[in-house]
Amino acid sequence: MGLNMSKKYKSIALGGLIAGLIVAAAVYFQNHTPAVLAPRGIIAAKERNLILVSTLLMLLVVIPVFIMTAVIAWKYNDKKTSTRYTPDWDHSPVLEFLWWAIPGVIILALAVITWNSSHDLDPFKPIVSNKPPITIQVVALQWKWLFIYPQQNIASLNIVQFPKQTPINFEVTADAPMNSFWIPQLGGQIYAMPGMSTQLHLMADSEGSYRGASANISGRGFASMNFIAKSTSADDFNNWVQLVKQTKNNLSLNAYDSLAKPTQNNPLAYYSSSQEGLYNRIVMKYMVPASQLPYINAHNAHGGGI
Amino acid sequence: MPIFASLLGKLNFHALPHDTVTKGGAAMVVLSGIAVIGLLTYTKRWKWLWREWLTTVDPKKIGVMYIIVALVMLLRGLADAVLMRAQQATSVGAHHGVISDNTFQQVFSAHGTIMIFFVGMGLLFGLINLIVPLQIGARDVAFPTLNATSFWLFASGMALINLSLVIGEFSAAGWLAYPPLSELAYSPGVGVDYWIWALQIAGIGSLIAGINFLVTIIRMRAPGMSLMRMPMFVWSVLGTMALVIFAFPILTATLTMLALDRTLGMHFFTATSGGNPMMYVNLIWAWGHPEVYILVLPAFGVYSEVVATFSRKRLFGYRSMVWAIWAIVFLSFTVWLHHFFTMGAGADVNAFFGIMTMLIAVPTGVKIFNWLFTMYRGRINFASPMIWFLGFVFLFTMGGAAGVLMAVPPADFQVHNSLFLVAHFHTMIISGVVFGYLAGITYWFPKFFGFKLNERLGKLAAKCWIVGFILAFGPLYILGLMGATRRLDHYDASLGWQQLFIVAAVGVAIICVGVGFQILQLVVSIWQRKKTVDTTGDPWNGRTLEWSTRSPVPVYNFAIIPKVVGRDAFWAAKHSPKTQLKPSDYKDIRLPKNNPLGIIIGGLAFGMGFGIIWHIWWLSAVCLLGIIYAIIDRSTNDDTEYTIKADNIAKLEARPLIQEQLA
Repeated sequence: MGLNMSKKYKSIALGGLIAGLIVAAAVYFQNHTPAVLAPRGIIAAKERNLILVSTLLMLLVVIPVFIMTAVIAWKYNDKKTSTRYTPDWDHSPVLEFLWWAIPGVIILALAVITWNSSHDLDPFKPIVSNKPPITIQVVALQWKWLFIYPQQNIASLNIVQFPKQTPINFEVTADAPMNSFWIPQLGGQIYAMPGMSTQLHLMADSEGSYRGASANISGRGFASMNFIAKSTSADDFNNWVQLVKQTKNNLSLNAYDSLAKPTQNNPLAYYSSSQEGLYNRIVMKYMVPASQLPYINAHNAHGGGI
Repeated sequence: MPIFASLLGKLNFHALPHDTVTKGGAAMVVLSGIAVIGLLTYTKRWKWLWREWLTTVDPKKIGVMYIIVALVMLLRGLADAVLMRAQQATSVGAHHGVISDNTFQQVFSAHGTIMIFFVGMGLLFGLINLIVPLQIGARDVAFPTLNATSFWLFASGMALINLSLVIGEFSAAGWLAYPPLSELAYSPGVGVDYWIWALQIAGIGSLIAGINFLVTIIRMRAPGMSLMRMPMFVWSVLGTMALVIFAFPILTATLTMLALDRTLGMHFFTATSGGNPMMYVNLIWAWGHPEVYILVLPAFGVYSEVVATFSRKRLFGYRSMVWAIWAIVFLSFTVWLHHFFTMGAGADVNAFFGIMTMLIAVPTGVKIFNWLFTMYRGRINFASPMIWFLGFVFLFTMGGAAGVLMAVPPADFQVHNSLFLVAHFHTMIISGVVFGYLAGITYWFPKFFGFKLNERLGKLAAKCWIVGFILAFGPLYILGLMGATRRLDHYDASLGWQQLFIVAAVGVAIICVGVGFQILQLVVSIWQRKKTVDTTGDPWNGRTLEWSTRSPVPVYNFAIIPKVVGRDAFWAAKHSPKTQLKPSDYKDIRLPKNNPLGIIIGGLAFGMGFGIIWHIWWLSAVCLLGIIYAIIDRSTNDDTEYTIKADNIAKLEARPLIQEQLA
């Protein structure tokens, strides 16, 4: 009797604990929506759907395993002596075939999804739109993000602004250890590597301010390597470009070299112009000996690319 | 002072710790060292220690030493985890937590390195040493002295990584030290060098052990034990050793190249001068992904033994289990790129590696279903190893689903390097590897010590680990989806992450309570060993050969090598008529003599590593020459074995069992 009572209290306490946790979680999620599950751009939305679809497909295996485990553990524990006991039954071709086949079929479905989505959501693939895209060059520095707008000939630090519903072609590199460029609400990340230029194509649905971060450890100031990704109307974007053009700072080679020195928690900054070919120079400085860099620079100045 | 520079390299007083937390860690290392030395001197155990343990070539003793080192390192790694949880629960907004950014980065780098190399690998080779020779009916391993050398190289790597707490610093570049961050340009201190040489030395030990046990399993099985009659643990180990032999040379080569970059100014992986950091990332994962299967496959083997024994039923689907192991072994070399889908390899490459990755879920799922059907229509005794197993099935299945999700490259773009990833791999490694080895230790403990561990405390510990795990890592899955990246020493208050980090910290506190129960369990079990003494050699009604010999196992393992007629060899023998042994049945047994080669090579490797880390070149050169000399000296020694006479064995076998000795 005493044992039963204590067991009863135990299950009441356990039930209460689980119910409490569910309530606490519900309250918490009222105020905090996971960024990845609250996309504000076409790429992030597709990636969210992919996460949900794969989760559902996996649940087709996970839930039966959970139920089977619980039922078998409960039914065949050695306190019950009336259940069937077959100590030498050790294989069944049909059953074994089934559990190679069923997960196999689910993985086959996922494999098709994987192949298609990998191509559809390839970060290097431009987004199709009737609006012309905007190119923004991203440089990960120690420990801040520099954004260069080659078409507008401006630059900004730790803030990137762009018009909504317009494809953005990010070209990404680093003048620092490897980082990863990530704006969760707009889409998944791409590595920012010295001497390499990767691409990421994103597009925001609506106006808003989103958090961007580095997802890869890059030294002491890594934790504070955040930036603001701001999506506005086309007019606001053009006004912003004009405003930036009126600021006094410009991003000459010298200004860049002093900016590239390791610093933490830099305030937002704007540059009315930037040295032509700066991005290519940053990429190439890791690829060729320093003595040849002026040549590259001159080459770029004549409109050459890499 | 040029004389000091040539004698001491970069070493000087600045290498001693400065900030409080590192001082605390250093004090812990130094004080525990002094305590151990003091205790040994006080009890006059040095000679005994040298004769019985430090120079031993007996895999049973080597196994015990591996496990002791691994469990001590588990406490060190756990202390790192506690620091990280404390930091992330408090370092918000205007508050900057308990440790500095650089210390935090050293702590998580050490945590990962220690948990994988010195806990996971230690428990792995510990259990393999203890169990494999017994399960295949052998008296020893193929190369006993080499086996001791493997252990001492492992111990020497462990010593180096802990020395970094006292002298110098540890790497702050993460547990895999990606360049260019880990190159001299960005990490000029000795931290990365400590990381390189601790891993290099321990890794070579692992490679040698891999060869040793592969040969042992292929060549030293008892008569009648065909491959398809081997216990599933031995099959798992065979697959694992194949992985070790193929994977660890990649690690050795990669670390060597990084060391050449850092020490001799070469440019394999530097960002400049034609170096290629992306090549490092490929190479380190070409070792690193097989490594996670190296850790988990033997744990799967433990579960196969535990589930069959405690369900009192034959293991279900033996053949498909074997195929599943080899499918995993093969596939594990075809998936490394999934660790960096975000490097921009292109859609075809990403899709290929994504699909290969999710394929691994199939053989893994097969194993889970086979375990469940081993329990089905069994008589399950829920002893503590089964509690670990149940926790494993639930957590591992869920973590595996998260893993398949991350195998879809565009989904991975959104969770890569986030706390979702951290939660995923901790789910796999803690429920798969740690729970598995803890279940194995509980299961096989009486075989080697002659008494069982306290079951009540064992079950409490398992329950604390499971509940603590859910609380510690559940929030990390959510935080990852909220955009929280890994390795943050500080974050903005406005993000609203703090509550979840606090829940995670509570979870780790509960895991610590579980570990407390385990320490208590060990103490209580030794205290009350008369109550749980194993009089039969077979306390769990086991199925495989290790249960056929006495507990604790005699030095020669089997007085007479068993003849195997089927799977579950001991179960079959128990259920057929017994033959009484006569003294004339015993024959002389030859066993390898203890010798100090292993500890000498381990010690010299430590000196060599320390010399390279601090640029004390004369020390490295002397140690390297010493190693070469020790190997040559050993190779010319023909007197390496001794004989136990048949009548002595008869006497030993007739001696009273342990319970009578205790009485």
